[in-house]
Amino acid sequence: MRFQLIGVNHKTAPVELRERLAIPESRLPEACKRLSEHPAVAEGMIVSTCNRVEFIASMRNGTGDLREFLREYFDTDLSAFENHLYEFKEDDAVRHIFRVAASLDSMVVGEPQILGQVKEAYATARAVGAVRAQLDQLLTRAFAVAKRVRTETAVGSSSVSIASVAVELAKKIFGSLNGKSVYLVGAGKMSELAARHLLAQGAGALFVANRTYDRAIRLAHKFHGQAIEFSRLYETCDRADIMITSTGSPNFIFRPEHGEKLMALRKNKPMFFIDIAVPRDVDPEMNKIDGVFVYDIDDLQQAVSSHVADRKKEAERAEAIVSDEVGKFHVRLQTLDVVPTIVSLQDHLETIRQAEIDRVRGRLGTMTTDQELAVEALTRGIVNKIMHTPISTLKTAARDPESTTVIDLVRRLFNLHSEDETKEVAVAKSDRGPDASGSGTGVSGKPGARR
Amino acid sequence: MMTLIWLRVALVCYAAGLLYALVALTRTSEILGKIALHASYLGMVFHFVSLTEAVVQTGQLASASAHNAESLLAFLIMVVFMLAYLVYKTTTPGIVIFPLVFLLTFVAATGQQPLVFTSIAAKHGWLAVHILMIFTGYAALFLSFGASILYLMQERALKSKSSNGVFSRLPALQVIDDIGYRSLMLGFPFMTLGLIAGSVVAESTYGRIDFLDPKILLSVLMWAVYLLMVFTRLSAGWRGRRAALLASVAFVAAIVAWISNYFSAMHRFITS
Repeated sequence: MRFQLIGVNHKTAPVELRERLAIPESRLPEACKRLSEHPAVAEGMIVSTCNRVEFIASMRNGTGDLREFLREYFDTDLSAFENHLYEFKEDDAVRHIFRVAASLDSMVVGEPQILGQVKEAYATARAVGAVRAQLDQLLTRAFAVAKRVRTETAVGSSSVSIASVAVELAKKIFGSLNGKSVYLVGAGKMSELAARHLLAQGAGALFVANRTYDRAIRLAHKFHGQAIEFSRLYETCDRADIMITSTGSPNFIFRPEHGEKLMALRKNKPMFFIDIAVPRDVDPEMNKIDGVFVYDIDDLQQAVSSHVADRKKEAERAEAIVSDEVGKFHVRLQTLDVVPTIVSLQDHLETIRQAEIDRVRGRLGTMTTDQELAVEALTRGIVNKIMHTPISTLKTAARDPESTTVIDLVRRLFNLHSEDETKEVAVAKSDRGPDASGSGTGVSGKPGARR
Repeated sequence: MMTLIWLRVALVCYAAGLLYALVALTRTSEILGKIALHASYLGMVFHFVSLTEAVVQTGQLASASAHNAESLLAFLIMVVFMLAYLVYKTTTPGIVIFPLVFLLTFVAATGQQPLVFTSIAAKHGWLAVHILMIFTGYAALFLSFGASILYLMQERALKSKSSNGVFSRLPALQVIDDIGYRSLMLGFPFMTLGLIAGSVVAESTYGRIDFLDPKILLSVLMWAVYLLMVFTRLSAGWRGRRAALLASVAFVAAIVAWISNYFSAMHRFITS
C-alpha cells in the first residue's frame, strides 16, 4: 500500500485559499493525467469541489512527495498553504477517503452530494487512465463504505444540505417565500438543488442565466422558469429576490457598484445572494450595502454548525464503521494484491521445473543443443499451460474487490508466502537476471510458513 | 383613588413585559415571552378599567384623557402592539415596546397630581378628538420606531452571519419591516387629523395659532419628519438604517414636544 493524499478542505483553509487550488471541471482530466504521470506517482485522482481540493495518489514507492506535484502544477512555493494543507499516508489516507465519501468530513455531515462528487472525480480520472487497479480498489471500496454508513446509521437521514440551509436563511430574511423570485446564475447541480428547495417552499418565479444558453433553457424548462441569455444578466437581475451564483468565472460577477444600482432599482427591497461558487462570484464587499445579504459557501457552513451537533452521536457510529472498514481494507489489500501472488506462483513452478530437469538430466545423457532446447520448450510449455488459467483467474479476481477467496485459495493450494517475503524473492530474482537458474530461492517449501 | 390603584395593578403586570425585554438582551426564553404576553393582556384589562373609571369620575372623555395623558398613551401603544401581535404572532417588538409602556405607566401611576390644561377648551369635543388621534399617532410612531430598531438588529445579525444568541428568535426581516411600514402608514393619518383637530381647538380658544410656540413648532417639526419618513419610504423604499435614523428623529421630536407641554403658553399642563 502506497496511498498518499494531500489537500485542503473547508475546515483547514478559508475559501480564499481553497479557490486558489480549485481546479475547474474543464481542466480536471488534464490535471489528473499530469498527476498520474508525475515520476513518483503510479496512479492519481483529484477531487475538487467547493469545499475541498484533494489529491489522491498511489505512489511508486514510499518516498515520493505530492507537494512536489502541487508546486509544479500550481507554480507556487506553497508557503501560503503550509498551515492549511493536510497530508495522509497509507491507512490514514484510506480512512480519510472513506470519511469523505461517507460524508463524515463534509461541512454538513451526512449531506449526500459529496458522494456523487467523488464518484464523478473518480470517473474523470479513470477515463484518462489516471486511475487503475490500486486506486480503483480503494475508491470502489470507499463507495461501498459510504453506502454502508448511509444504511446503517442515521447520519444522512435528516440531511441538512447546503440547500436547506439556504432556504432557512432566505426565510429569515423574507419570512414567507411566497412569490419571491429566484435567479440562478450558472446552472450547476448545487444551484439546481437550492432552487428546488426554494421553489418547494413557495418561491415563485425562476430565472436561469448561464454561459451555455442551452443549459439555461434546459434547467429553466425543468422548473417552468425563464432562461435568460448571459449577456442580459445585468439588465434583468433586479427581478431577483434570491440570487444563487455558481459560475466558474475567475472574477467577481457582482461587485458593490452593481449592488448600489440594484438597491436603487429595487427601492431598497432586500436581496439575498447565495454564492456557492469557488472562486466566488460575489464580492464580499457587497454585504456591506444596506439591504444586500451575501452568504458564501463558508458562511453557509457557520449557519449549519448547530445542526452538526445533533448528529454527533450518529457520526460516532459512522466513524466506527469507517475504522472497521479501514482495517478490513488493509487486510484485503494484502491479499488482493495479485501481482506478488502471480510472481510467487511463477517462481514456484519455475523452481519445480528446474529441479525436475536437473534431476533427470543425468539419465538423459548428452543431448544436442536442439534436444536441450526441446526439453526446455516442452517443460516450459507444460508449466505455462497449467498456469494460464490460474493467472487469468487471479487477474479477474483483482478487479472485484469483494472476492478475496480466489487469491486466498491459490496461495493455500501452492503454499505461497506472504507479500513481504515474495517481494524479497522478486528483488533477489531480478538481481540475478531473468535467465538465472536457481534452486531453493525460498519460494517453495517451508510448509505452513504463514496461515 | 381607585383609578390609580387599577393603574398600579396594571403596572405590576407590565413589569413582566419589562423583565422579558431585559432578559431578551442576554438570552431568549419562550416561556417568559408567553408569561409577558398574558401578563400584558391582564395589565391591559386593569389599565382599561382604570381609564374607564377616570372617564366615569369626571364625566368627560376629554378631561379624563387629559388627566391621564401618559396612561392613555401607554394603553394605546399596547393596543397597537397587540394588533401587530395578532397579525404577525411575534412578541419581539416588545423588547422595545414593553419598557416604553412600563415607563409611561410608571409615570402615570406614581405622578402625585394629575395634570390638566389651563384652557377651558378642555371640555371641547375637538379636544378629545385631538388627544385620541395624536396619541394613536404616537403609539403607531413608537411601534414603527421599535420595528426599525429591531430591523437594524436583525439586519446586523444577518450580515454578521451569527445565527446564534439573542437574535435567533427575531422575526424575519421582512416581517419586522412590514410591522414598521404598516404602523407608519397607520399612524400618519391619525397624527395629521390629530394636529388638525388641535389647531381647530387652538383657533377656537385663542383665535390664532402661534407657530413660534415651542409646542406647536415641535409638533409641526415632528409631523414634517413623519411626512418625510412616509415619503422616503414610498418613493425610495427607505428602510433599515436610514429609516431608523428618521424614526429616531421623529421619536426625539415627539418626546421633546411632550416635554414642551411644560413650557408652552398655549398647550400647558398645570397642577390642579
